[in-house]
Amino acid sequence: MSSIRNIPVSAWIGLVLTALFVFAAVFAPWVAPYPVGETVGDVWEPMSAKYLLGTDNLGRDLLSRLIYGARITIFIAALATALSFILGSVLGFAAAVIGGWFDQLMSRFVDLIMAIPTLIFALVVLSVLPTNVVTLILVMGLLDATRVYRLARAVAVDINVMDFVEAAKLRGEGKMWVIFREILPNALTPLVAELGLRFIFAVLFLSALSFLGLGVQPPDADWGGMVKENKEGIVFGIPAALIPAAAIAVLAISVNLVADWILNRTTSLKGGRG
Amino acid sequence: MARLAAKDKSARLLDIRGLRIEATSYPPGEPPRDIVIVDGVSLALERGKVLGLIGESGAGKSTVGLSSMSYGRGGVRITGGEVVLNGRDITKGGARLLRQVRGREVCYVAQSAAAAFNPARKLMDQVTEAARQHRICSRAEAEKRAVGLFRKLGLPNPDTFGDRFPHQVSGGQLQRAMTAMALCSEPDLIVFDEPTTALDVTTQIDVLASIKDAIRDTNVAALYITHDLAVVAQVADDIMVLRHGKTVEYGETRQIIKEPREDYTRQLVSVHHIPHRQKPASGAPILAARGITAAYGGGQVKVLKNVSLDIHLGQTVAVVGESGSGKSTLARVITGLLPPMEGSIEFDGRQLSPRLASRKRDDLRELQMIYQMADTAMNPRQTVGTIIGRPLEFYFNMRGSERDRRVAELLDKIEMGKGFADRYPAELSGGQKQRVCIARALAAKPKLIICDEVTSALDPLVADGILKLLLALQQEENVAYLFITHDLATVKSISDSIAVMYRGEVVRYGPRDEVLKPPFDAYTELLLSSVPEMELGWLENAMKTRKMASAGN
Repeated sequence: MSSIRNIPVSAWIGLVLTALFVFAAVFAPWVAPYPVGETVGDVWEPMSAKYLLGTDNLGRDLLSRLIYGARITIFIAALATALSFILGSVLGFAAAVIGGWFDQLMSRFVDLIMAIPTLIFALVVLSVLPTNVVTLILVMGLLDATRVYRLARAVAVDINVMDFVEAAKLRGEGKMWVIFREILPNALTPLVAELGLRFIFAVLFLSALSFLGLGVQPPDADWGGMVKENKEGIVFGIPAALIPAAAIAVLAISVNLVADWILNRTTSLKGGRG
Repeated sequence: MARLAAKDKSARLLDIRGLRIEATSYPPGEPPRDIVIVDGVSLALERGKVLGLIGESGAGKSTVGLSSMSYGRGGVRITGGEVVLNGRDITKGGARLLRQVRGREVCYVAQSAAAAFNPARKLMDQVTEAARQHRICSRAEAEKRAVGLFRKLGLPNPDTFGDRFPHQVSGGQLQRAMTAMALCSEPDLIVFDEPTTALDVTTQIDVLASIKDAIRDTNVAALYITHDLAVVAQVADDIMVLRHGKTVEYGETRQIIKEPREDYTRQLVSVHHIPHRQKPASGAPILAARGITAAYGGGQVKVLKNVSLDIHLGQTVAVVGESGSGKSTLARVITGLLPPMEGSIEFDGRQLSPRLASRKRDDLRELQMIYQMADTAMNPRQTVGTIIGRPLEFYFNMRGSERDRRVAELLDKIEMGKGFADRYPAELSGGQKQRVCIARALAAKPKLIICDEVTSALDPLVADGILKLLLALQQEENVAYLFITHDLATVKSISDSIAVMYRGEVVRYGPRDEVLKPPFDAYTELLLSSVPEMELGWLENAMKTRKMASAGN
């Protein structure tokens, strides 16, 4: 298997760490030493053999909460990113291929949404709607889709004027074939690069929302919520708030390492055969 | 000229001995390795002489040319041999010597003047820059010199020409401005890197004549790089034929043209002589265009005026003209990409809808197109099998092994093996790419194929192979071609009838032998007389007998 040997070190680090996060998220009930909401010790106990990362502001085991938090954080961020990419890229490609009034309508609508700061827009919407996981995913996904739309449209407009697309149109191919078979494979490289970045933005956005109290609601907690719960501890020199923050950073880096590697592979025009 | 006289006049100007040039290539997934681009090339050039370097793309001719200023483009290194210019080896002189040499003793004229000029600065600043940088003369004197050169090179309004920006002059004029730039610092040697390749044939002859005059009058030596043997025969005293970085043949121009010694040179000399007999037109035409008038920008710019054409099954109609004459627009109208303002198109007895969207699938299938740039005409993310197989799926609903068998058959027809089906376009050579495009068109079993400059991006020998293939396929499949080109040699070798276009109108139309027989109208005469012929002294004769100036002026 030459393909496994060819994976660079940086991609390995990214793959292993991302796999670790995903594993912890999927098997949280079996991996976590304590239940998520149970007070097991004193407030802000230091790291020890019993509580590997110490306890939080209510005396709950921090490691357990981190593992359950990974589950919620990754789940919401992944679904929101997937939604934004499917919606944004399909609409973006369609706008480029169809053009005319459809393009104008879509693009001006997206401009309109983007004119409002995302965080404020999300805060307004979330304070009106019931705060649950589905609304969170929908709001985050739709807001992020505007960014993906703009990128996808810009890339597709360039590809749409190439001779091979003209050849497909002359053959009589429908819009679906042009979008998914001619344009999508050639637009994948910038989109994958954006995907890694967007996923991380989603994680950060979710953390920001939870930090402000409009994201994941207690007793559940994502990493942003955990930073919020433990932020007072920083004043007393207690690192409990920094640990979930570090988890966000490590996830961000490892996902991008993987995205970079995929990017390298998809850039090859020789089917990755060298 | 005083500077020239001060130097030793008897010695050779340029002496390249045993030149070896290498580059490092980085194949993905493998350790980088060194490849040899030029191996053991030796040449000598005296003052006032012109040496032509000729070869296909990848032969190393530009690399050899640039080595005369000890420059390696894109990271190539001179790893062996000597480049002796004015008595010293410039490869060993270091950066200081190179700064003295470049722009003062050796100047360079690039292929694409449009890309080589800085669009943000006036021509005069750029033309006089080398002379000012090297403090050869004062600014005022340099500008006086530049105006003199503009006049000599036949540029319009030489006194104010330098005040224009590069985008304000035509391609042919820009190419001459670049020659003026090279001559302005009065160098000993100029490297011309395909200076006329990107130009129209009628403009090429003007640029060629002015370059030749300038070389003669200033007594400068030149390396003239081109892939067109007929062009180099007009300007060079000696010719070196290169292939795969090695010298194939090196000799006097007359000897290379008249008595080539090597097989490869003989092939180059004999290119463009495909015997083809004109077939008489019979029966109803497969495609009849009547009074087509078309415009861009909602009728603002008329590009086609009242164009009528007939194409018969199994025959080739060539549409010839320089760029901007509307030949490609005609193709766009016939394919339905640009609905005409007036006129109608009849195809196989039925009226073709002017819009692509409202055409029936059979109309689309029977009318195929092959593009100039095979690179961009194929989706780089699809394999050859998918590219050729898609029309089969789409039009004939062929699937699975039936489709694969037909793809293999088609690959066989274009003289490529079955193994190519799994390849991506990036893994093919230029000629192979164009062959795959031909196969894609054939897969639809068309009655008419529009060929838009299909050979103009290819090396002469490869283009020759493509033309022969197209002719053979026409015999087999009885398909008609609408062949759009600016290359008259191609037209002579494959067409049955010819339409000459000039500024959106068909100025001459009929069977090939009639169109190519005198008396000619002024434009056809100009077009025909502008095609370089592989004869010594052709340029002088052609310039003398021309009736009409080219559209570039």
